[in-house]
Amino acid sequence: MRTLEQTTQEVLDLASKHFNVPAGSLAPEDDFFKKLGIDSLQTLEMLSRLENHFGIELPDYEVQGVSDFRTLASRIQSRL
Amino acid sequence: MKSFTGKALRWEWREGVIELTLDHAPANEIGLTMLEDLERFVAAMVSLAPDTSACIVHSERKHGFSAGADLRELYHAAAKLSEKERVSGVRNFLERIHAAFNAIDAAPFTTIAAVHGVCFGGGFELALACDIIVADKMARFAFPELRLGLIPGFGGIPRLKRDLGNAFIRDLLLTGRSVNATRAQSVGLVAQLAAEGEALRIARATAAQVVKFDGVTRAAAKKFIKSIPHEDLRREIDIFCELFARPAVMDALKKFVESTDAMPYLP
Repeated sequence: MRTLEQTTQEVLDLASKHFNVPAGSLAPEDDFFKKLGIDSLQTLEMLSRLENHFGIELPDYEVQGVSDFRTLASRIQSRL
Repeated sequence: MKSFTGKALRWEWREGVIELTLDHAPANEIGLTMLEDLERFVAAMVSLAPDTSACIVHSERKHGFSAGADLRELYHAAAKLSEKERVSGVRNFLERIHAAFNAIDAAPFTTIAAVHGVCFGGGFELALACDIIVADKMARFAFPELRLGLIPGFGGIPRLKRDLGNAFIRDLLLTGRSVNATRAQSVGLVAQLAAEGEALRIARATAAQVVKFDGVTRAAAKKFIKSIPHEDLRREIDIFCELFARPAVMDALKKFVESTDAMPYLP
């Protein structure tokens, strides 16, 4: 089973890869809306990518109000 | 008419297959413009049907199949009217949408929705009128209408009820959450899963298979297995209009239209 640190790193790697942000430029405490510059439709794209990558379902209401990678990773972690 | 280009969509007939392409910025919102083009398509279906085996409905827009009803148009149009006129106007719009979707639902050829990205609300309801849904693995399906104090109004609940188990419908409807294509396939909503960017290609391969069957047999089989839930569809319009009359709905529409939230489809 992944640790929260591993999950967080995978979330950062996935965000970096799919939203064209240089690897290593994202940190767990970053606001992903600001850092990735994504809108509502791209947020859904990120949700799909996370669900497909981790093989989970992450209901929208669980990530509503979440804006940093670490909290997002913890929401994922609780469903692994 | 073998091909047509409208303001919100276009279609082309080729060797027994119609490709209906939704292409209305930003994300194929369904308002009057889309409705009028859909009505043109439905009218053309009468002459196209005898030579048509399959129809693929897909989107040219990057972000998905359709984000649903054009809520901005709905709000701005409704804001100019009295409460009585608002309800009457929305009922008229729903009657027209239902007529178009019912015609697509009952088409004597096989209809395939090739879905990618967002497939929400009214867009989801259009996909549900089709016989087969092929979905890109990045597709997401949702009925977020309850956030506005409404239920889906383009035939979504009766068609989902026809096709799927009630527990899944309750989950979708009562939470407003979106589900991914894998989940949608596991409950029987999506017939075939496609790799990213491959839904249209797989829909075309499916259409090429469908073309091999005799048209009379295909139409008889479809009519036998896929009845249109007319009574529930009528009731849906009535419930929608009852809910739409409440001031809370206009408040919720205003909030949505003015929202800059990252996830405005959630309450």
